[in-house]
Parts: sequence; structure tokens; C-alpha cells
Amino acid sequence: MKTLADLRAMKEKAKREMTARDENTKYRIVVAMGTCGIAAGARNVMSAILDEINKRDIADTIVTQTGCLGYCDQEPLVQVFQQNKKVVTYGKITPEIARRIVAEHIVGEKILTEQVFMQN
Amino acid sequence: MRELSLHILDIAMNSIEAEATRVIIVVEELESENLFRIRLRDNGKGMTRDMQEKVLDPFVTTRKTRSVGMGLSLFKQAALQCNGNFKLTSELGKGTTVLAEFQLDSLNRSPLGDINSTIINLVMGTLDVHFMYIHRTDSGRFCFDSYWIFGRMAERDISFYKAGELAKEFIEQNLELVNSKG
Repeated sequence: MKTLADLRAMKEKAKREMTARDENTKYRIVVAMGTCGIAAGARNVMSAILDEINKRDIADTIVTQTGCLGYCDQEPLVQVFQQNKKVVTYGKITPEIARRIVAEHIVGEKILTEQVFMQN
Repeated sequence: MRELSLHILDIAMNSIEAEATRVIIVVEELESENLFRIRLRDNGKGMTRDMQEKVLDPFVTTRKTRSVGMGLSLFKQAALQCNGNFKLTSELGKGTTVLAEFQLDSLNRSPLGDINSTIINLVMGTLDVHFMYIHRTDSGRFCFDSYWIFGRMAERDISFYKAGELAKEFIEQNLELVNSKG
């Protein structure tokens, strides 16, 4: 049985680790999770990304969600942010393509050109 | 939406966009009352009375109001199609509560679906929000607190993503437990 103090200490430790992760982040993957994105399958896309990152034990990448980006017909949309680089927005993403984004863009550092919807 | 858990994800995204720091999601599946109830409560910025009316009207909502869309009206429609109830309560600066009730055995009711993925996606993608997920049936209840993930990270010295995978297993096992009869 853990005391409240133990739990607080654990939370603090985890928080420090998360801050360290934020500071060392190379990529930020953002999944559009507005109503349009969710209806088009964004949840399975995000699950696939989380799974692939865990399997490959990638430490320098953050996955997060955002709302509607205004391109509902291109959903599910996934954006990859990298410092000092153009934002890559991928459109019509399936879980399979999402896994490829992790493997090829994040790990291989090569953009999946044929899936890019926008780059700016 | 094909699954009620997709509605839950959608409504919880509203909470995140409303800058909530705490979101409580309650799912109750009560055969004894022939009732399926979903409740989401957040401490986000809340809505004015005027806005509360607007978000429930799919034809009034405009793109200018960035944080709202079709989601709430779709959710309301889903509940009303199942002989159910829908209630939106909100107070500016305090937060918003969404309550949707469905007749459990209504043929129009979508299944809950993959609620586990909904919860994990919310938790893993939004670290600064404290999520609590409570699932209750006639056989019992369980609660998942997103701090659980931090606990596992610290305790076992594992990565955030690995802890997320464990959380998924944990929720899976507990769902099986409360869904088993007797």
C-alpha cells in the first residue's frame, strides 16, 4: 500500500521525466480530432501511431490531438511538426499509412510525398 | 457516429478545447433499469446561455466559433433516437456537463464500441488534463485515473508509451470484470 506522499513523489518524478521529454522532443505528431476527423476514423489512426511509437521505443516524439483544421474532406489528417522545418500535413490517413508515417518520416526522416496534402 | 465511444471522444475534445484541466467521463450500463447513461463533466471555461442553445443547433453553428461544431447536436440526436434524454448544463467560468441517456435495448442505439481506445487516446494525447473514467454496470464499477500512467512510469521506470500500453490492458481487464455477470 502506498501513502499519499509516495504517490505525490511518483507523480513529481513522472512529471520531471515528461518535462525532459518535452525538452528533447524532435517531432510532434498531431492528429486532427474534430467531429469530422473522428467520424472519418481519426481514433484508429491515433491508436496506430501510439502503438507504433511504443513498439519502436521512440523517445523524442510527442503525439497529441487538435480540433478541426478546416479541411474536413481530407480527414483523417495528421500533421508532423519539426523545429525549423515546414509543417507536413498528411491527408486521408489510414492506420496503415499512420504506421508508415512513424516508420518512414519519424524514424527514416523521409517524408511520404504521395500522402502529403499540404506543406507550409 | 457508429459507436457511442466516438461521441465520447468528440465531446471530450470540446472539453480540451475549452481549456479544462479535469474531465470526468462516466458510462453506466444498467440492465436493471434498461438504461445506458453517459455523462461528461469538465472544469473548462463553460458557455453562455446563448452559446448553449447555439451548439445544439447544427444549422446555426458557424466556423467562427472554433471550439464547437456538429458534435453536440449529433450526440443529442443519437440519444433522442433511442427514447432517451439529453441535457447540457454549463456555467461560464465553471465548466460544462453533458448528460445523454439511452434506452439500453433500443434498436437505434449504437454500441459503446471501443471505449478503451477513446480513453487512451485522450489521456496519451493530452497530458496536462486529468482524466477520470468511471464505468458502472449492475455487477460493479471501476475507475481509471490518468495519474495511473504516471504512477506506472515512476514505479517501473518505463516509458510514457509503455505505461500507456499497460493502461490499455488495465482498462480491458476491468471492463471484462464489470461486464461479466454475477
